[in-house]
Amino acid sequence: MSVLIFIDQSEGHVKKASLEAMSYGAKLAELLGTSAEGLLLGSIKEDLPALGRYGVKKIHHAGNEILDHFDSQVFTRAIAQAVENTGAKVIVFPNNVDGKSIAPRLSARLKAGLVAGAIALPNISNGFVVRKNVFSGKAFADVGLATDIKIISLNPNSFPVQTGGNKAEVVAINLKLEAGRVKITAVNKVKGEIPLSEAEIVVSGGRGLKGPENWGILEDLAKALGAATACSRPVADANWRPHHEHVGQTGLAIAPNLYVAIGISGAIQHLAGVNRSKVIVVINKDPEAPFFKAADYGIVGDAFEVVPKLTQEVKKLKGIT
Amino acid sequence: MNFSRFIFAVYIGCINNLIAFRGLDYEIKLKFMKILVCISKTPDTTAKIAFTDNNTKFATDGVQWIINPYDEWYALVRAIELKEKDPSIILHLVTVGLADSEPIIRKALALGGDEAIRVNADSQDSFYVASQIASVAKGGGYDLIFTGRETIDYNGAAIGGMLSELLDLPYIAMATKFDLNGNAATVSREIEGGEEICELSLPLVVSCQKGVAEARIPNMRGIMAARTKPLKVVEAVPADTLTAIVRFELPPPKAGVKLVPADNPAELVRLLHEEAKVI
Ligand SMILES: Cc1cc2nc3c(=O)[nH]c(=O)nc-3n(C[C@H](O)[C@H](O)[C@H](O)COP(=O)(O)OP(=O)(O)OC[C@H]3O[C@@H](n4cnc5c(N)ncnc54)[C@H](O)[C@@H]3O)c2cc1C
Ligand SMILES: Nc1ncnc2c1ncn2[C@@H]1O[C@H](COP(=O)(O)O)[C@@H](O)[C@H]1O
Repeated sequence: MSVLIFIDQSEGHVKKASLEAMSYGAKLAELLGTSAEGLLLGSIKEDLPALGRYGVKKIHHAGNEILDHFDSQVFTRAIAQAVENTGAKVIVFPNNVDGKSIAPRLSARLKAGLVAGAIALPNISNGFVVRKNVFSGKAFADVGLATDIKIISLNPNSFPVQTGGNKAEVVAINLKLEAGRVKITAVNKVKGEIPLSEAEIVVSGGRGLKGPENWGILEDLAKALGAATACSRPVADANWRPHHEHVGQTGLAIAPNLYVAIGISGAIQHLAGVNRSKVIVVINKDPEAPFFKAADYGIVGDAFEVVPKLTQEVKKLKGIT
Repeated sequence: MNFSRFIFAVYIGCINNLIAFRGLDYEIKLKFMKILVCISKTPDTTAKIAFTDNNTKFATDGVQWIINPYDEWYALVRAIELKEKDPSIILHLVTVGLADSEPIIRKALALGGDEAIRVNADSQDSFYVASQIASVAKGGGYDLIFTGRETIDYNGAAIGGMLSELLDLPYIAMATKFDLNGNAATVSREIEGGEEICELSLPLVVSCQKGVAEARIPNMRGIMAARTKPLKVVEAVPADTLTAIVRFELPPPKAGVKLVPADNPAELVRLLHEEAKVI
């Protein structure tokens, strides 16, 4: 009857989205009067019992070597076995790239209803109804699940990490697995940067910055804030910034605590990727820029003058010299 | 069969790694590579989002429909590029939808592709749609199936994964590059803060996003050609639905922007720190 949380990891380290998923799963288990258990696949470098502080009572760990490389087919088979072994009725995934690769497969395999991109705990007062974002963040849908097993894939940054639990019991499980067909040949990570999808603060620039040579002021602000950098689509299309920074309808959809938009007009397709941010700050020299309608705070002014001053003020606040 | 045709057929056969001689009459079975692209229809990106029937239905009045951008710009265009490189590739498009999906699938055919299949069914939920596409795929012997990363209305990002499971195939989600070399695919996929590159052999399912291809515009010739391309309508197979949308809701309107004078960024920092508590 338990809630089973897929703890996504990379190179032996648990991802932040998994901490949120565990916190969510723990709360959900409480709601359902059952216990939250974690499932971890592959070799791990972290202290597993310590993950209990996110509310999981037990962690099932399958250390099979095959699971050190991501393959959605193999992972799905592994998780399906673990679900059967544990008798879990609700399975929680972080809705990141790995979650998006596996949760739908598991849904089809187990014929278990899936809410992909959940943003809140289920309402169980009348059935089992989970809220998710639809229309690229422009609306919510409440999705009812009536299947015996239910799968929830939780959007990153939509549930706060909660700590306070005791040490988790770690159980090694042995899964029967065959190697998959996917052979990973290279992993290219952008060094030293905060991954955009996990960032709590994002500083983003648009065509208003005029050219790639002007990104220094934006990077300085991002550095002072401990933020990741992003950009609008024309900026990525013009190769002023790398493509993985492009946010919006056709780029990455993000939901940081703070999104600072500099020289971005706020086209609806751009907003679609950022409108789930908790607080939006807009800096634009045009008071009529549509972005101000979606903003919480704004400065009407020239980015080239405002941004360096803003950076100084942030540094002052943080005691950075 | 005359000799030159025989040579040609053997040549094509070698490309496709499959020559079958049957008996003494030298009948040759050719296996061309077949690609299936999943096409869905979505409201135009600027459409007003509103709901009717006590917030249980999307208000379609006055809404312009488009091909889901991920399906058009990335999945379909990449498949067309592969076919341009190797004209022996057979490219089919599939959509699950009622008759009102036809303009969309015709528009997709105008970009490229040999034939389209419409499964005549309302797209009820992800599993139902995936089951319909799986049924088409099983009958068609496709080597490669492309979907978009997600539909921009439902944002499920689910159908590609479900389909791959129903077909028991490998699945690469959110691909940013895709290349073919004979039967071997090289695919890059997005991961947190970077990309992962992998190799695997066909058949497989790939969901496509930015990077896989550059958008293109249909030309007049394509539009004319699409009129004569076959659009097959097949009836739905029985399939389950696993989910049901109970209700839609619009987010509460923003309270309105608080403007800070340009010469006082210190005030903005104070607000973010003390009021919004985000820094
Ligand atoms: C189907 C579709 C999908 C799309 N997907 C996306 C997407 O995913 N992401 C995306 O971003 N776009 C997307 N777009 C494009 C989108 O419609 C806009 O064209 C784009 O977001 C505009 O980018 P921008 O704001 O950087 O540039 P602009 O619209 O050119 O805006 C520049 C802004 O900078 C301001 N400015 C100029 N100089 C200064 C200065 N010195 N100081 C301060 N401000 C200044 C201007 O007032 C203006 O508001 C999509 C479009 C379509 C049709
Ligand atoms: N009704 C449909 N018919 C055909 N393909 C679809 C349909 N709905 C979704 N798809 C495909 O599945 C992808 C992911 O959709 P979704 O899981 O709904 O976000 C889309 O980008 C399409 O390629």
